[in-house]
Amino acid sequence: MTQLAQHDLWTGYKLRWKRRRLLFRAFRKRRQLEPVIDRTGSIPSDGILVFTTVRNEALRLPFFLDHYRRLGVTQFLIVDNGSTDGTKELLADQPDVSLWHTSYSYRLSRFGLDWLTWLMIRHGHDHWCLTVDADEILIYPHWETRPLPALTEWLDECDTRSFAAMMIDMYPKGPVNAQRYEAGQDPFDVLEWFDRGNYRIQMQDPLKNLWIQGGVRARMFFGDRPERSPTMNKTPLVRWDRRYAYLNSTHALLPRRLNEVYAEQEKLSGLLLHTKFLDTIVEKSKEEKHRKEHFNNSSLYDSYYDALMTAPELWCERSTRYLGWRQMESLGLMSRGNWI
Amino acid sequence: MTVGIVMLVHTALDRAAQVARHWSRAGCPVVIHVDKAVPRSEFDRFASDLSDVSDLSFAPRYRCEWGSWGIVAATQGASEIMLDRFKHVRHVYLASGACLPLRPVAELVAYLDDHPQTDFIESASLATVLWPVGGLDHERFTLRFPFSWRKHRYIFDKYVDFQRRINFRRRIPDGLSPHLGSQWWCLTRQTLSAILQDPARKTYDRYFRRVWIPDESYFQTLARRYSVKLESRSLTLSKFDFQGRPHIFYDDHLRLLKRSECFVARKIWPRADRLYESFLSDSADALNTTEPDLNKVDRLFYKATQRRIKGRPGLYMQSRFPRGGYGNAGTAAKYSVFEGFADLFQDFDDWLFNATGTKPHGHLFGPDRVEFAGGKTIVEGALTDSAALRDANPRAFLTNLIWNTRGERQCFQFGPADNQRISKTIAHDPNAQISVISGAWAIPLFRSNLNFSEIRKQVTRLQKIEAEHLAVLRSSKANARIRIWTLSEFIESPIGLMQPIIDEMCQNPARRLAEAPRMVDLTGFGQFLQNLNNQGVQPYLMGDFCSEAALIDDPAVAQKPYLVR
Repeated sequence: MTQLAQHDLWTGYKLRWKRRRLLFRAFRKRRQLEPVIDRTGSIPSDGILVFTTVRNEALRLPFFLDHYRRLGVTQFLIVDNGSTDGTKELLADQPDVSLWHTSYSYRLSRFGLDWLTWLMIRHGHDHWCLTVDADEILIYPHWETRPLPALTEWLDECDTRSFAAMMIDMYPKGPVNAQRYEAGQDPFDVLEWFDRGNYRIQMQDPLKNLWIQGGVRARMFFGDRPERSPTMNKTPLVRWDRRYAYLNSTHALLPRRLNEVYAEQEKLSGLLLHTKFLDTIVEKSKEEKHRKEHFNNSSLYDSYYDALMTAPELWCERSTRYLGWRQMESLGLMSRGNWI
Repeated sequence: MTVGIVMLVHTALDRAAQVARHWSRAGCPVVIHVDKAVPRSEFDRFASDLSDVSDLSFAPRYRCEWGSWGIVAATQGASEIMLDRFKHVRHVYLASGACLPLRPVAELVAYLDDHPQTDFIESASLATVLWPVGGLDHERFTLRFPFSWRKHRYIFDKYVDFQRRINFRRRIPDGLSPHLGSQWWCLTRQTLSAILQDPARKTYDRYFRRVWIPDESYFQTLARRYSVKLESRSLTLSKFDFQGRPHIFYDDHLRLLKRSECFVARKIWPRADRLYESFLSDSADALNTTEPDLNKVDRLFYKATQRRIKGRPGLYMQSRFPRGGYGNAGTAAKYSVFEGFADLFQDFDDWLFNATGTKPHGHLFGPDRVEFAGGKTIVEGALTDSAALRDANPRAFLTNLIWNTRGERQCFQFGPADNQRISKTIAHDPNAQISVISGAWAIPLFRSNLNFSEIRKQVTRLQKIEAEHLAVLRSSKANARIRIWTLSEFIESPIGLMQPIIDEMCQNPARRLAEAPRMVDLTGFGQFLQNLNNQGVQPYLMGDFCSEAALIDDPAVAQKPYLVR
């Protein structure tokens, strides 16, 4: 056996233990979750599930729920991390939401992943599971005419268990807090713009995932320290198995073969349109800078929060206006592969 | 006379029932085969649901696993019932539960009435077909395949290997010449009954039972024996991707399917409500007698296959990341790299713009910032002039720039003071046109106001960097269009040497360069090099300069470019 293959086997072995540790960690934290309303009994065997952790998202959730319902999601499994703006009540009233509550630390739960991993072990096995945040709106080729079951059946047909959808930061023209967003409104009426061609990609060993950085946040806030700019690649849609685990947000998964969502040629992929930059971002930045719950070494990001608190203009003359999935596809941000 | 429909059904029974009713409403007898894998209770519900439909029968049920004999057995059984029970049937149409009639049934009947003796079955002789997936073509007929490809792939492969190793070969029964084609056919009573009632059927069945994917070869081969008039095409529109999986039609294919003028299409997504609604509604339009037109559909699917197996050249994204293995790494469009030209010529940028119409960038990989053309700080795709962002991944910067500006040729300056990490990328990229005047970077030093000791240091450093860069350009892996001259070679005849570069850059060449760009004054440059030499730094990349030689632009002594390719 060559040295390389030996090394790879050894890495694989280490990663297997890492995965088991993550699963065990999720198991230990299961008691941090306290059920508010549990409707998981009504999940059909082929149901598509959304998993998410939220905190004070009453503004975004009405559109979020509508969008994913329209795509054919059967049930939302949501962890509420100590919301104070009525999020909990809003969610508990929805007929297709199962809700858990926790007030433990988001950061110490690997940014909510430990909680979600546990819920996925319990309820996600053998379902197509979509793990997204409340500010991530999934689109994919033909999404307006082909609901998620069409996509997942096609992926099943292709023996594919994971689906890539990288994040695109959407932003308004003018200062970020200039236009008010009302709950339920289409956020892309306000967040019409994005950066189309400044993403840099490298392959990451040993997980073999692509590491994509770039977009407006890199352009605006990390021009002097690009290595800190946010990671954009995500693999949010997976035919789950109770032995799988997300490693680091939904950027990478174990076992690592699930990260091979790309090819030498071109595979089917989608996008998560990121609605982070609504007018509330300015207030939220103040709060998050203080809470230090969003990064492991939060003080490194102080200047980023400081910049956001001044309500900067993210738009530039080379920004691109969002026109729909066909545009995103022809720009090469996502691909139809051979799903036509 | 009418057409009878044999339907093979295994999932989405409600849709199958809907289509069966549609056929029956139009007066076509229907025989349905339901896969044995469908649970008894579900089958009973399906059968009782259809009990009110006239001229509808169920065939004995077989297990229809992909690529196995079961599908042929099911077809045989159902066809026998069809021929037996419905004497007025002249053509039998084989369809699946995921098939959808696109044109009114009356049009299909009229079409078949026009071709009373024609069998429509795609049937190509083994020598001419290309589609089988998995490397098995003639071996489908000469090896045995007792194991399931889907369920026991490992044993399947091993058994094929074993048979190859011992040179095992099955004898093809006399009189058969293997043909392959789409599973979905439409045969005349005459041909179909000749196949089913053949005295040698037992022999043929025994043989085909161990052929791989017999549903694509059994009827296709035997029809050739008996058909009076065979048209080798299927009346069913069905498309396969490059791995042999059927494409699925969704609501958004409505217009495409309508324009195809095909009689039947598969596979339809069971939840494509709009398709089922619009195609199963009984329209009372005048009969349309146009022939099916597959060109549009074919083009679309061909493009999709190309995209999946090749991808868009020069695109790097979340689901396309070539690493060079298939020769499809590289950039999206042709571009030019000039090294040393801006040092030698005072107004090179303007001159190049006049000569070619392209606005050249400055040093894109310059140490302090990205020097975009016109001093812009941000260009297409919101690429900024931040050197740090660029240096985080120079290769991505370049591929992004070229992708973002497709349709508009990019040119930029490059030199030893720039970030050299891009060196290999451009040298290996067939889209790059690299022209180098080696040693020209010494000219700004020669004209500078630096102390000589500082100049000495700079020359040593830059010369080393450029020598390494030139080695990359000269390596065997370099795929770019590369031209390298030394400074002294180049100034002998700049126009003559630049003409081919400009010709390559322009869409419509044949334009002669009228004027050369303005060269900086090199008087004393030879002495400058001599001084460096005297102080122990040997400047060798510039070529030979006699210290007193006059530098005359003389086209008569034009040298051939030193072309690496």
